[in-house]
Formats: sequence, C-alpha cells, structure tokens
Amino acid sequence: MNTQPSNTPESTGVSDSAYNKAPTQPFYWSVWRELWENRSIYVAPLIVAVVILFGFLVSTVGMAQRRQSVLLLDQTRQRAVIGVPYDAAAMILIVTAFIVGVFYCLDALHSERRDRSILFWKSLPVSDRTTVLSKAIIPLLVLPVITFGIIVLVQFLMLLWSSVILLPSGLSGTTWTRFNLFQQSLILVYSLIVIALWHAPIYGWALLISGLARRATFLWAVLPPLAIGVLEKIAFNTSHFVSMLKDRVFGAGDTAFAFQPHRGVAIDSLIQLTPGRYLATPGLWIGLAFAAAFVAIAVRQRRYQGPI
Amino acid sequence: MATIEARDLRKRFGTTVALDAIDLHVEEGRILGLVGPNGAGKTTALNAILGLTSYQGELKVLGRDPWTERDQLMQNVSFIADVAVLPRWIRVTQLLDYVAGVHPRFDRKKAEGFLARTVIKRTSKVRELSKGMVAQLHLAVVMAIDAKLLVLDEPTLGLDILYRKQFYDSLLNDYFDHSRTIVVTTHQVEEVQDVLTDLMFINRGRIVLQCSMEEFESRYLEVMVNPEHVATARALKPIYERPVFGRSVLLFDHADRDQLASLGEVRRPSIADLFVAVMSNNVAEPPPLPQKATAPEVTT
Repeated sequence: MNTQPSNTPESTGVSDSAYNKAPTQPFYWSVWRELWENRSIYVAPLIVAVVILFGFLVSTVGMAQRRQSVLLLDQTRQRAVIGVPYDAAAMILIVTAFIVGVFYCLDALHSERRDRSILFWKSLPVSDRTTVLSKAIIPLLVLPVITFGIIVLVQFLMLLWSSVILLPSGLSGTTWTRFNLFQQSLILVYSLIVIALWHAPIYGWALLISGLARRATFLWAVLPPLAIGVLEKIAFNTSHFVSMLKDRVFGAGDTAFAFQPHRGVAIDSLIQLTPGRYLATPGLWIGLAFAAAFVAIAVRQRRYQGPI
Repeated sequence: MATIEARDLRKRFGTTVALDAIDLHVEEGRILGLVGPNGAGKTTALNAILGLTSYQGELKVLGRDPWTERDQLMQNVSFIADVAVLPRWIRVTQLLDYVAGVHPRFDRKKAEGFLARTVIKRTSKVRELSKGMVAQLHLAVVMAIDAKLLVLDEPTLGLDILYRKQFYDSLLNDYFDHSRTIVVTTHQVEEVQDVLTDLMFINRGRIVLQCSMEEFESRYLEVMVNPEHVATARALKPIYERPVFGRSVLLFDHADRDQLASLGEVRRPSIADLFVAVMSNNVAEPPPLPQKATAPEVTT
C-alpha cells in the first residue's frame, strides 16, 4: 500500500505504535473471567463434597462389626458392598456437576446482557467466538476437571477415615484392596469424558437459549422440547422425542460401559469400559454435531445482542 | 485516512427511522460533540461506529468495517457506553488482570497510576464502589489504553458536578493528544463546550447542524435587544428569539457584529442556546437543514 521508504517494514497502516503491543491471551483470561464471575462452578461441588464426607462420617459408626460380616461374602459381593459409598459419592458429584453446568450455561450469555456489562466486554478486542467458546469450555472441560479433583480427594479422605475407624480391628487394609483408588480414578477420567461429550448438546442448547431469551431462560430451554414431546404424543400417540431426550440426559453410560448384572451400576474393572462401542454410537456424533451447531449460532447471535 | 467516514448511513427499527442517511467525516485529532434530544439517533450512530449494531450504507472506522471486524477494531478504539457497564461482581485487580490479558495496548502501570489518585481500593468489587468511583475506575482503564478513537456515550450521566468536572479535566490533561480522536454525546452541553473542537446536532436521525467550534464562535451571535430596537433586530432575520426577563434575546447566524452591537448587548451564545434554537426551528419546518440563514449578508 505505502511505498514510502521512510516507513518501517512492520508498520501496517493503522498501528504505528506496534512497539507498545503486549502479548495477550484472550481465551485464557476469558475462562478465568468465567470462574471469577461464577464461583458456583467450584463452590457447589465443594459444598456437596463436605456434605458427603459428613454423611460418611456418620455412617462409619459401628463399621468394624459390619465389615467383619461383609468379609464373609464372596469376592465380587465384597467389592460391591464396600464400594457403595465411594461409587455413590462419585455419582452424586457427577450429577452436581451436570446441574451446575446446565444452570451455568443458561446464565452465561444472559447475565452480561442483564447487567449491561456486555457493553464493556464488547469494548475490548475479544471476538464473540472467543467469548462464547470460553463459556462453552466450562461445562465441557473445566467442570469435569474440577469434578475429577474433588471426587478423587473425597474418595481418598473417605478411605483414610475408614482406615482410621478400622485400625483397632486390624481391618484397615480391607477397604483399600476392595476399592482400588488408582484404577477407579482411571475409570473416573473415562466416565467424565464420556458424560461431558454425551451432554455437550444439552450445554450447547442452554448456551444458545441464554443468548436468545430476554428472560426466563430455564423455561425457554425446557418447555419447547417438552411441547414437541406433548405434540407428538397427542398427534401420533408415540413418544420417540421424549425417549430421545431421556436418552440424552441419562443414556451416556448405555454404550460406554458394559454393566454386569450382579455388580449393579458399579464399574470396578477396566474391562467394563467399552470406548469402541461408545465411539461407534451414532447418537454421540449426532449430539456433537448439534452441540457445534448450537455454539456456532450462539457465536453469530452474540454480535446482534446488546443489553436487555 | 479519516478516523470515521460514513456515507448514507441508515438504520431503522421496525417503522422507526433511527438514522436517516447520515454523512459523517471525522478527522484525527478532533473532539466531536454529538448533541441531540432523546431518541435523536445519537446512541444508534455511536453503536454503528462501535460495531454494536448493524446498518445500511457505508461506514469505515479507522479503515475497518465495525460490524464485521469489531474485535480487531477494538484494539484501536475504546468506549465508555454508559456509566454503569462495568460488571458489578468484578474486583478492581481482576478487572486490571483481565484487560491486561486481552488488550495489547493496555498499560497496566498507567492505569494503576490513575487509580492511585483516587480512593478506590484494589480489593474492592465494583458493586462496593459509588457511582462516581465506578466512572473513575472505567476512565482509568480506558485512559491506559493507547487507542486512536475514544467514544463516550453519556459518560457522566448521573454523576455529581465534581466528578463530571474531574472526568473531562483528566480526559483533556492526561489522555487527549492530537493523534487521538474523541467522540462524545452528552446532555450537559455546557460542560463540554470548552472541550470540543467540533459540534454536531442530530435530530430524528438527521444531522441538522455540523460545524467546528471556531466556526460556531464566528458564526453565531446572540443579542439582548433593547426594547426600542426589537423591530429593527427582527428585520435582520434572527434564527431564534426568546424572552429573558421581559427583554428579547435574538440569535443570529452570519450577522454583522457591529450592526448587532448597536441594537443591544452582544454575546457569544452557548451551545445549549443554539441547540434550543436549531431544534425548535427543526420542529417547526419539515425540511431540516438551516440553509436559509442567508438573509441580508453584510460583508465587511
């Protein structure tokens, strides 16, 4: 454009003060921003963890005697019985993370419009894509990582406490051998990935609605799908749509794990993980495609949005 | 390259026309005051410039299309859209961390320096600050950004007079230099009168007056006419007449100062006086541009 020899090669039109530029990490800082604003992302799981630990504390009264009788059962039954509170703790925390994630997404693109701060965020050189993706990554990556850390910590503290309780009876080691924390952690990592990917379209939908609805984001997110279900039921007397929704919320494990009847829902062996079958499920990929579409629309939509 | 270049800028909301074919040309180093009644289209015009709203027509800000390139544009443009847009949950330190983390032209030390002159605590959350302190905080952040264009939309709305004065003082003393451009809208026109280099009145989506402040000062004169000269004065076709304490104050565009001096006390009108004059003429006659002030042009 400019052929004047006096121009330094790096000066490009507008920016004559390139020397003044500091390196920036908009995505990184936008994720931090989400954590500053939404402390429930880690506070809610922590509170649930404290409640679980307290409940476990109470449940260990008279544990030594009960453990004696449990050890009379066969190997698999022993694992099943001893592992119950640990598996339950993990499941409660995973459900907590799901609820936190959904409500986070329902608010993510709504609160900035409600409090007019979108006018401030848009005054900074951060693209709509960076902003929306920094919000989408919270339920897809940040929450699972936090959940993993808290679950492993809770299970470790539970194991520690049970060892202390069982110390006088000399049965301390019996929990550690029946509930293998390291192996369970690997299973947990797998489970969290499987669940996050399965739920991705739910989070994407919630995010999209939070950017579109002027108020009552929860109702806008929940009622239209239910209305479709009702419509289908009345018009055709079928319920494919509702069962599809149900599968989307609860069905993550159906293809990802090989449940065994005598073990209930407990997964205590790496053999029970079936990633191949999970990856071959069309529902997974259809769901991810929907998630990507919802997020893409939310990105596009944010350009048109101002304060409400 | 002009900082802002708009041609035939249009925007409508349903049946309401917010911007009706606006042409705008703002050069580097100017401080433009955009004045207009509520709903005149000021904010819509600023929003178009900032990439916050879509529009028809041609608009380039620093050579970029604001609607499609907002994020790159914001490296060189700052704006304060309103006094209360900082998120209430954020801490002062978090705000500085965030802006430093995303803005390549933000100088954190500078912002800390501006904040040191206030009583704002680093650990405070925005919700704990008074309205005036929030404005100080926002201004401290914005002034630490090395931007080419600063857009201020009612930046002092609802602040007391001390904060308002301080706001414009620091803007002029600590921020403005001739490589920057500022566009400001406000209802407190008297406070920005001495700050501006250019003036623009906008009404019902159209520009009804556009001039530099030098032009404003040489063109417009106001005379408090002695009662016996009222008829003579009216014959010189004032653009506006208003009664003050039983006497008539007439506002002239392009009139001879000496001639007016013989009719009464001549003074420079305030922007507010001119605004009222232009707006009331604008309401009365549908064709808006005040081009008819070419009456008995007396040249010296």
